[in-house]
Amino acid sequence: MTSQSIPAASSAHNERVPLRLRLAQRGIDGVTLLVLPAALFIALLFVYPFVYGMNLSVQPKGGAESVGRFANYVRFFSDSFLYDTILTTLWLALPVTIINVVISIPVAMRVRLMRRQRLLTTILVLPVTLGAVLVAEGLLNYLGPQGWLNRTLMTFGLVASPVRLVHNYWGVFIALIIHSFPFTFLLTLSYVTGIDPSLEQAASTLGAGPRARFRHIILPLLLPGLAITFCLSFVQDFAVFPSAVLLGAPAGPTRVISIAAYQAAFEEYDYSMASAIAMIMGFVQLLIVVTVLTSRGLFYRGPAGGAKG
Amino acid sequence: MKGNENPVLTRLWSYAIWAVVLFFVVNLLAMIATVVINSLSTRWLGTWLPPGYTTRWYFSAWKEFQLEDVLVVTFQIAAAVAFFSALLGVPAAYALARRDFPGKKLVMLLFLLPLLVPPFTYGIPLATVLYKAGLGGTMWGVIAANLVPTVPFVVLVLIPFIEQIDPRVEAAARVFGAGTVRLFVYVLVPLLTPGILAAILLVLMRTMAAFELTFLTSGPGSQTLVVSLYYAVSAAGVRAGQSVDAMAVIYMLTTLIWLLVALRFVNPTQIVTRAKREPAH
Repeated sequence: MTSQSIPAASSAHNERVPLRLRLAQRGIDGVTLLVLPAALFIALLFVYPFVYGMNLSVQPKGGAESVGRFANYVRFFSDSFLYDTILTTLWLALPVTIINVVISIPVAMRVRLMRRQRLLTTILVLPVTLGAVLVAEGLLNYLGPQGWLNRTLMTFGLVASPVRLVHNYWGVFIALIIHSFPFTFLLTLSYVTGIDPSLEQAASTLGAGPRARFRHIILPLLLPGLAITFCLSFVQDFAVFPSAVLLGAPAGPTRVISIAAYQAAFEEYDYSMASAIAMIMGFVQLLIVVTVLTSRGLFYRGPAGGAKG
Repeated sequence: MKGNENPVLTRLWSYAIWAVVLFFVVNLLAMIATVVINSLSTRWLGTWLPPGYTTRWYFSAWKEFQLEDVLVVTFQIAAAVAFFSALLGVPAAYALARRDFPGKKLVMLLFLLPLLVPPFTYGIPLATVLYKAGLGGTMWGVIAANLVPTVPFVVLVLIPFIEQIDPRVEAAARVFGAGTVRLFVYVLVPLLTPGILAAILLVLMRTMAAFELTFLTSGPGSQTLVVSLYYAVSAAGVRAGQSVDAMAVIYMLTTLIWLLVALRFVNPTQIVTRAKREPAH
C-alpha cells in the first residue's frame, strides 16, 4: 500500500509544482500577466465595438424579419448616392497615395545622403502635427480666388483668371497630398536608410550607372517596404473626412464614404446603417491592403543589410 | 560614387528633386503664414498683404468660441489620456519586451490593429457602443475613445526602450527581494524615464490633434480645440474669417509647443513612423 501511495503523492507533488514551472518555462508568469490590462482594454474598446458593429449592421432599422438581414447592404449597393462614395473615395485616395509614394522615393534617396536631415524632417512633420482640420482651414485661404497661390499665378501671367481650387475635387486632393506626403516620405526614408550603402557602392564599382543601380539594387530591396508604406498611407487617405467636408464639395464630387457613414449615424440616427457603411469601408481598405501585400510575395524578401543580414 | 554616370544629368536630376522639396515646403509655410496673417489683419481682401494689423480678433475669438472652457477641456482630456495610456501601456510593454509566451503574436496584432485601422472606420462602431453605454458625449467617453490608439502606441514606442535595459539589473533587484511593484517603482521607471517621457509627449500631441475620434464621441462640453475649430470652419460665413483663423492660430500654438518640447526628446521620424517596427521582417 505504501509503495503505491508514494508514487501517487509524488506525482501529485510533481503536478503541483511543475504547473507553475511549466507555465514559467513557456513564458507565463506574473510579469506576463502585466499585458492583460492593456490587452483587455483594447479587446473591450476596439474588438468588441467591431463585433458589435458587425452585428448591428445585420439588424436593420425596419427589423430583420420584415426587410431582411442584409437590408442595409442591399440599400448601400442599390443606391447610387451611397455606392458611388466608394468610387469617389478611391478616385481620391489611390492617385494621392501613388503620387506620394512615387515622389517620396527619389526625395528619400537624395535626403538620405544629407548630413543634417533634422531640419527638413521637422518641417515635414508640421502638417502631421497640425492635423487635417488646420491644413484645410489654411488651404481655404491660400488656394482661394484671392489667395497667394492664385495671385502668384496671375502675376506671372500663367493664368488669366483665378483657378478654382477650393470646394471641388482638387482642394481635397491638394489637402490630402499636403497632409499625407510627410507621412509617406518619412516612412520611405526609414526604409531607404535601412539599405546598406555598401551594396550600392559594390554595384557602382562594377560599373553600374545610377539608373541601373536603382533598378537592380535599390528597388528590389525597397519594394517590400514600399508595399507597407503604400498600405499605411492608402488606409489613412481612404478615411479622409475633415478636408472632404471643408475643402471639397461634400454633396457632390467629394462625397467620400466617411461622409456617408457620418450622415447615417449623426444625421439620420441610423446606427445600423452607419455600422454597415463602416464595415464596407473597412472591407474595401482590407481588400486593397491584402491585394498589395499578396503581390509583395512576388518580390524579393530577405536582408537589406549586406553582410550583417 | 563612381560608375558610368552622366554628370550633367545627375546634377539636373538632383536639382529637380530639390525643386520638388522646395515647392512643397514653400507652399506649406505660405499656407501657415496666411492663417497667421489673416488672424492679425483688420480686413484682408484682394491684396497681397492686409492694410492694417490688429490683435482684437484674438479677444473676440476667445469670447466667441468660449476658448477658455475649450482649452481647459482639451488639456484635461489630453492629460487623462496620457496618464491612462502610460498606466496601461508601460506594464504591457514590459511584459511584451521581456517574455516570450504562446499567443504573443496575437497580442501584438491586437495592439497593431488600432494603429493601422483609421479612426473613422472603428470610430463609428465605437461611438455607437459608447452612446449605448451612456458614455457618448461625455468627457470619459472622449478619453476612452482616444485611449484606443494611444495605449498601443505607448506599448510599441516603449518596447525598444525596455529591450535596451540590461535584464541583469532587474535580476539583481529581484535577488535582493524586490517584487514586481518595487521593481517598477525603484528600477524600471527611473531607467525608463526618457522613453516614458517621449511616449507621453507624443500621446499628448496626438490627442490634441486627434480629430476623428473626439469628433465622433464628443458632445457639447467635451469638445477639444480641434473639434471646435472644425465646427467654426464648417460654419464659416456666420463668423468673421479672422476670428476663425485666430482660433486656428491658438490651436496651432498649443500643438506646436508640444512638438517643440517633444523634439528635444525624440527623433522627428518617431512621430510619424509609429508602425515602423511592425513590418514582417
